Amino acid sequence: MNVADLIALLLQHSPALIVAVPLLGAFITPLISRLNDKVRNVFVILTLGLTASLVFLLASDVFTGNIHTYIFGSQDLALPVVRILFEVDAMSAFMAIISVILSLVAVIYSWSFMKENTGLDKYYTLILLMTAGMLGMELTGDLFNFFVFLEITSISSAALVAFWTNKAKSVEAGFKYIVISTIGALFILFSIALFYGQYNALNMAMIASAIQYTFLDKIALVLLIAALAMKAGVVPMHMWLPDAYGKAPSSVTLILVGATQASLYGVFRVCFTIYGGAINLTPISVGWILVILGIITMLLGVAMAIIQTDFKRLIAFGAVAEIGYILLGIGTGLVVMLNPEMTATGLAAMKGGIFHIMNDALDVGLLFLVAGAIYYATKETSLNKLGGLARNMKYTTVFFIIGLLAISGMPPMNGFASKLLIYESTYQLNPILSIIAILSSIMLLAVFVKVFHAAFLGPALPKFENVKEVPKSMLIAMGTIATIIIIFGLFPELIINNIVEPAANALVNYGDYIREVIPSFAGGV
Amino acid sequence: MSGMSKIVKTISGIAFPFITIYGLYIIAHGHLTPGGGFQGGAIVASGCAMILVSYGSIWTMNRVREKNLSILESLGAVCFILLALLGLGFGTVFFNNFLVGTNSLFGVVPAVGSGLANINTGGVIPLMNFAVGLKVIVGLFGIVLVMAYASRTKEGKK
Repeated sequence: MNVADLIALLLQHSPALIVAVPLLGAFITPLISRLNDKVRNVFVILTLGLTASLVFLLASDVFTGNIHTYIFGSQDLALPVVRILFEVDAMSAFMAIISVILSLVAVIYSWSFMKENTGLDKYYTLILLMTAGMLGMELTGDLFNFFVFLEITSISSAALVAFWTNKAKSVEAGFKYIVISTIGALFILFSIALFYGQYNALNMAMIASAIQYTFLDKIALVLLIAALAMKAGVVPMHMWLPDAYGKAPSSVTLILVGATQASLYGVFRVCFTIYGGAINLTPISVGWILVILGIITMLLGVAMAIIQTDFKRLIAFGAVAEIGYILLGIGTGLVVMLNPEMTATGLAAMKGGIFHIMNDALDVGLLFLVAGAIYYATKETSLNKLGGLARNMKYTTVFFIIGLLAISGMPPMNGFASKLLIYESTYQLNPILSIIAILSSIMLLAVFVKVFHAAFLGPALPKFENVKEVPKSMLIAMGTIATIIIIFGLFPELIINNIVEPAANALVNYGDYIREVIPSFAGGV
Repeated sequence: MSGMSKIVKTISGIAFPFITIYGLYIIAHGHLTPGGGFQGGAIVASGCAMILVSYGSIWTMNRVREKNLSILESLGAVCFILLALLGLGFGTVFFNNFLVGTNSLFGVVPAVGSGLANINTGGVIPLMNFAVGLKVIVGLFGIVLVMAYASRTKEGKK
């Protein structure tokens, strides 16, 4: 068998392998960690590296316009709607890239960051399980499967949030997270039951092709959006997010950002694909609801960030605000989806929103990693007690400046590119929206400049005299994200044309997704 | 948690093999009758929990190491996924039932309508039931054991 055949074979089986490899790795990890800690760390990094290469292989093919389906247990294509089905379009692949990059960076970061902790075999097992869950949520084409992977992600991430069990606040945050996740998951299960009762199907494409927009479907839509928005930390259901982000180990927070975005992906998949053409039949536009939720999320996130004194909690509220931008962008796309006069605006808004999913993950992730590095070096997270760290931690300071500029949407960082797209397109829908968005960005800048001043500038404090730069693995992790941020910022067109635009088109042209499973479907052009 | 009276210990010693055999039967017949790896595993684990209650957590902890249980648990999960991957290797796709129709281990396809259950059927499904059963037995028992042991230290402090 030559190399080309092997790659074709891998490509064909990659949707299953992307979930299977981290799952297998997760259960081998406890066995390997009996041997040696370093061997285990290398093994986990290699497992995620293999997963990442499979994701890139699959994505490179999907972004050219193909949709991949994978039926578990049988190659027989008859009756795909009743089988366990993975369906990967450009949007799924885009989200999978984000998740896998975040997990890989988090594991590299953990090498030094978590070194002094015990129970690391369980830590790495849970990280791999969580990655498998997120990737499964993003690749699956079956609504019940989505629920199962959502539960895998929730349970493993709740355990990881409470990983520092010697701290009461961490356990509280973990408990809050599992309660919220369970409530959300039950909402989703209930709405799946509503679909199954009406259409005898669990397959997303099958439900989407048959949907009638009955009263029960409206209930299901409300439940799905509420539950997934709750898991994504949208205001007013964000109360768990600052706790969970703030109290989890920084490496875990990075993956949690990916998990919230996987839930956000669920919102978009439900609105655009499952409800597809039916969504604009409502008297109250679902798109406007998303836009308004986005605006509230933005304003409240920023306003709460201003008054925080804890480093990680402050960034967590910044992360809440960033979610608002994504909702604003994609909500605008949904508002104008079926309006032929505003197609260009809608597509631009969608591109901005989708690009911002990736930028949010990178920017917020980098800031959390910097907060973790400061905690590692000083064992301190309160901004009132920090100061003068730029003298001792040069690289970390540079990474924080990059993160600061990126999150507040300053050129030449990646946040600028996506936020500009969002401002421009929402201005055409309603100028007030883009004014609020710009205002929030300015406030974010103010917040993070304050943090920068409090933590890095000022006189050298005697208690931080012996603080050293963090170990190499943490620098490599932060450096990787910072490099991606700068590359995306310098060449936004490259990313938008090759990755973001196919993903936006995949959401808008939902008919292709359905036709891949049900060839007779005619709508959604 | 210390042990209970001699009567309880003796009776649970007599009942334990029966419970275990019944649980293993449920696992082995998972593809024919109601039940399967999880249900049978829970029955066996409840038998182990009975021994734990009657003999006390200190006695049990001296004989069963929690670390060994977690290794077995991982092995159960690894076996399950490896079986699914073997479907890709020997068959066509992930989770493919590659043993069915081979007339080897569990590979017989029974005649349609046969009322007599043939245990040598089902392909990889019985094997996956075994893997799940192993994981559930040691997983549930490990949880109960650790909780009993932790509550013991709490009592000691009082």
